[in-house]
Amino acid sequence: MAQTATETHPAGAATDGAVVAATELTRRYGQGDTAVDALRGVSLQVRRGELSAVMGPSGSGKSTLMHILAGLDRATSGEVFIDGTAVGRLNDTELTRLRRKHIGFVFQFFNLLPMLTAEENIVLPLSIAGRKPAREWLETLIDKVGLADRRTHRPSELSGGQQQRVAIARALVSQPTVVFADEPTGNLDSATSEDILRLMRESVDTFGQTTVMVTHDPRAAAIADRILFLADGLIVRELPRSDPADVLAVVNELNAR
Amino acid sequence: MIRVALRGLAGRKLRSALTALAIVLGVAMISGTFILTDTINKGFTTIFTESYKNTSAVITARSAISSSNSGAALTGGFPASVLDKVTGLPDVSAAAGSITDTAKLVRRNGSTFGTHGAPAIAVSYQPHEERFNPLVLVAGSFPTTSSEVAIDKTSADKEHYKPGDTIRVIARGPEKLFTVSGIVKFGTVSSIGSATIAVFDLQTAQQLFNKLGKFDVVRVAAKGNVSSSKLATEIRPLLPPTAQVRTASAQVKQETKDVGFVGIIQKILLGFGGVALFVGAFVIFNTISITVAQRMRELATLRTIGASRRQVMASVLGEALIVGALAAVAGLFLGFGLAVGLDKLMSAIGIDLPKSATVFATRTVVVSLIVGVAITLLSALRPALRATRVPPIAAVREGADLPPGRLAFLGPPLKAIVTAAGIALLLYGFFVHGIAVTQRLVAMGVGALLLFVGVALISAWLVRPLASVLGWPATKIGGSAGNLARANSIRNPGRTASTAAALMIGIALVTSVAALASGIRNTVHNTLERTFVGDYAVTSPDGFTPFAPASEKALARVPGVTAVSGERVGDGKAFGNTVSVSAVDGDVAKVIHIDWAQGSDATPAQLGANGAILEKTYAKHRHVGVGGHFSLQTPAGTKLDLVLKGTYVAPKGPPAFGSVIIPQRTFDRVYPQPTNLFEFVNMRGGATDANTKKLKVALADFPDVKLQTESQFRKNQSKFINQLLALLYVLLALSVIISLFGIVNTLVLTVFERTRELGMLRAVGMTRRQVRRMIRHESVITALIGAALGIGLGFFIAFLVTQALKKDGIGFAVPTVSVVVFVVAAIVAGLLAAILPARRAARLNVLEALQYE
Repeated sequence: MAQTATETHPAGAATDGAVVAATELTRRYGQGDTAVDALRGVSLQVRRGELSAVMGPSGSGKSTLMHILAGLDRATSGEVFIDGTAVGRLNDTELTRLRRKHIGFVFQFFNLLPMLTAEENIVLPLSIAGRKPAREWLETLIDKVGLADRRTHRPSELSGGQQQRVAIARALVSQPTVVFADEPTGNLDSATSEDILRLMRESVDTFGQTTVMVTHDPRAAAIADRILFLADGLIVRELPRSDPADVLAVVNELNAR
Repeated sequence: MIRVALRGLAGRKLRSALTALAIVLGVAMISGTFILTDTINKGFTTIFTESYKNTSAVITARSAISSSNSGAALTGGFPASVLDKVTGLPDVSAAAGSITDTAKLVRRNGSTFGTHGAPAIAVSYQPHEERFNPLVLVAGSFPTTSSEVAIDKTSADKEHYKPGDTIRVIARGPEKLFTVSGIVKFGTVSSIGSATIAVFDLQTAQQLFNKLGKFDVVRVAAKGNVSSSKLATEIRPLLPPTAQVRTASAQVKQETKDVGFVGIIQKILLGFGGVALFVGAFVIFNTISITVAQRMRELATLRTIGASRRQVMASVLGEALIVGALAAVAGLFLGFGLAVGLDKLMSAIGIDLPKSATVFATRTVVVSLIVGVAITLLSALRPALRATRVPPIAAVREGADLPPGRLAFLGPPLKAIVTAAGIALLLYGFFVHGIAVTQRLVAMGVGALLLFVGVALISAWLVRPLASVLGWPATKIGGSAGNLARANSIRNPGRTASTAAALMIGIALVTSVAALASGIRNTVHNTLERTFVGDYAVTSPDGFTPFAPASEKALARVPGVTAVSGERVGDGKAFGNTVSVSAVDGDVAKVIHIDWAQGSDATPAQLGANGAILEKTYAKHRHVGVGGHFSLQTPAGTKLDLVLKGTYVAPKGPPAFGSVIIPQRTFDRVYPQPTNLFEFVNMRGGATDANTKKLKVALADFPDVKLQTESQFRKNQSKFINQLLALLYVLLALSVIISLFGIVNTLVLTVFERTRELGMLRAVGMTRRQVRRMIRHESVITALIGAALGIGLGFFIAFLVTQALKKDGIGFAVPTVSVVVFVVAAIVAGLLAAILPARRAARLNVLEALQYE
């Protein structure tokens, strides 16, 4: 089925001008009577240097969408293209290569390696790929995320906000084509959340880092250049950059339906 | 990634240390075995080499029946004229003749030094032949008169003999009194084990051992540039048929060959090391598997930030590699300590062998390191492969399952196949006739290995039923904590199964050994009871070293004695093989029950000069019937033409006689130094205290023999089985200890994993004591599962062995007491293993545990 979908949407056409593109994604969990359709035909395009937010209530399919976009999960049908590469057809080795070059992750629970220091965590993607970090870039980055005096601390010695900063730096260090952030403020208090959101916005503005963020927090969505609203496995609304109040209004409206 | 592995280890010190211990002990066993046996071997070779220092060629008495050197004492030497002939050769620079025989030293309390099968060496000394003398004086001087003896340092130290003291020595017949002239030691050898040395002046030695005008050994030194082999070639034509010549190096090689049993000891000990490593492999496999399961999110995160499967695998294997290497190094050095322990253990059952300074060979290092690292890596392989299957999405999703591997569908049949293959190999090893010993041993070893692995795999299915039965007491004793413990033990059946499997292996081996031992003990007991029907038995103190028969006459003179019958033993060559020869007198049937096939209790008295008795089947296979002739050659070269006068059926179990039975008179005529294995006495009134006293008085001059009533004799004869059993238990205990670390490890990891749950239990009112109890019960249930599986498997293996040995009369017997002891031991083991994890669990801070993410 995946094949049929990609044939009708050749790579060139689907990814025109976009670094991340999805065509008619569906995802079904389970079989028969108990089957659940998490996605029911989602198409989207993310342009270079853009910060997109995917919003939706729990169960809307937004996490599934991000997992599929990031190559963590496979679509039942439809295809995802990252920098022109059809992700669904890649084998494990090719996916690994894709992740090294094109994808960065920011997680809700930070997912730092507890035995490594902050700096070691940050450069880990590069060392895994067998590359050496450019000293200058690393300094800029550590400066940017404000961890200059925390480099040798272990995650357990850092606050939640600081841990998420380490995670963001880790996502940025390899200058990937796209960073996927999964509820980056979901596990933080509101003051810290604001810091983190500012940092993410700045990374887009300063480094032109293309970013896709999944969130259910209207204030988080408000930093995005574009907000996609997901409900019942479909994109139901799209907003350009908006105030939190406007975002909340749409959320409420969708919840009311 | 290497850093990830390294740091991971540093962050999990306790776990890594416990994992490493599992391998440390196994490697220590391997390295300790090598160190000990190398040291013993070096001790022997040093003795042999020093014995022939400055010697080019050695002339020894020739045994007519084998090339072995041990016959020297039994042959009576060769004419001393050989020395003159050899000295006359132009290529000879020096030559000296000497006597080598056996003489027992007597302790101050009147008993002989027990040598446990090691030689009680007697050698001669000549003042002007110092260059050939391997012995070094520690105190005093070498003997120069017929009343002097020099003795070895170990014996002197044991009984505080000093030069000038008097000591009794038994050479031939009753003991004789000597003055200690000096204390000697064997060159650079640090211990000669339980052997003793008595040095006599040459003439005295020749007299003592009835070798006037004879030598046992002539050492020859060649002139400057003459090669040893050339010298040997020149000497050979000069020798009588009772003597042979070898180059010194060939002689050393020959004597080294005679101590090949050290190699067997080495193999046996290595076998136990192998078992320990096998158990260790289970522990490591289990620990790493659990670690991988707990680190799923971490590993998945690594995948999302670009780690390849290969890198994930490398990080798990890297961790194992480091643990294995550190453990191997630690084990290597712990081996020194273990070598000392093993030596003590063997000495305790009477195996005390010569030793040089400790030998630490390169081979020991190489093998220990390779084995330690390889076993660890092998056990880590499967968990490492599983780790590669951790999907990246597990980084964001709680409780993501591992996708089944490509070969997962093979799982259940594979488990059955492994088990079946194990059993099949065992059956092949035990019951198929006509295969080589090595092949048989390999089949049995690999079979047992597969069987253990197979049962460990299958046991995941058995955990649930076993836990519900074995956990029942826990629910009664432990209340809700016990209930939870039982439920916890079946939460992850695979994990419980492989933890229990480690213990299962140790218990299975211990059980099968116990079952076999009780079978063998029964057989031995029954046979001895049926066979030995005299009132008293006389043996050497250790029960198996032959002794001079002179005490027979003393016993015969005791009033009330109705029969004295000694059984002589010696080697001979019959039907093309070296066989053991027993010699009996006419009274033998009064003290030993003989199950006659042809002949009667009167037959032994009617043997005449050349009659013989053979075991029925033995005779049949060699096609000799009663009245038929066969020949027997003695070590000294005499050829006897024997007539078969009777046959008997040997009992199952320990035989009372050698292969060939000949009359005592004939034996004494053709064997230069006859020795008895047993002497039996019948007395009017049987074994009573008064009779015992009378016999003891008669034996006062014979400190090298021990008087026992028949029942004491039977007990002593089976004592060795108990000692051997104790030795095996101690050696197998190592494996059990390792499996304990496995239980500790699993529980520690489980407690860590259930931090949150434990916090919740505490929050809803569970006391620390209840938490500890819960962990303890889970530990005991796991141990009991291991014990149940192990005891079952042990019986199965013992059953196979007894079936295979049925014709030797070894029956299957359930060692009830031992089994109860093992179950209790398993419970204690479970309690011990739970101490640390239970303490950790109870120490948890409720609040932190609940917040723990």
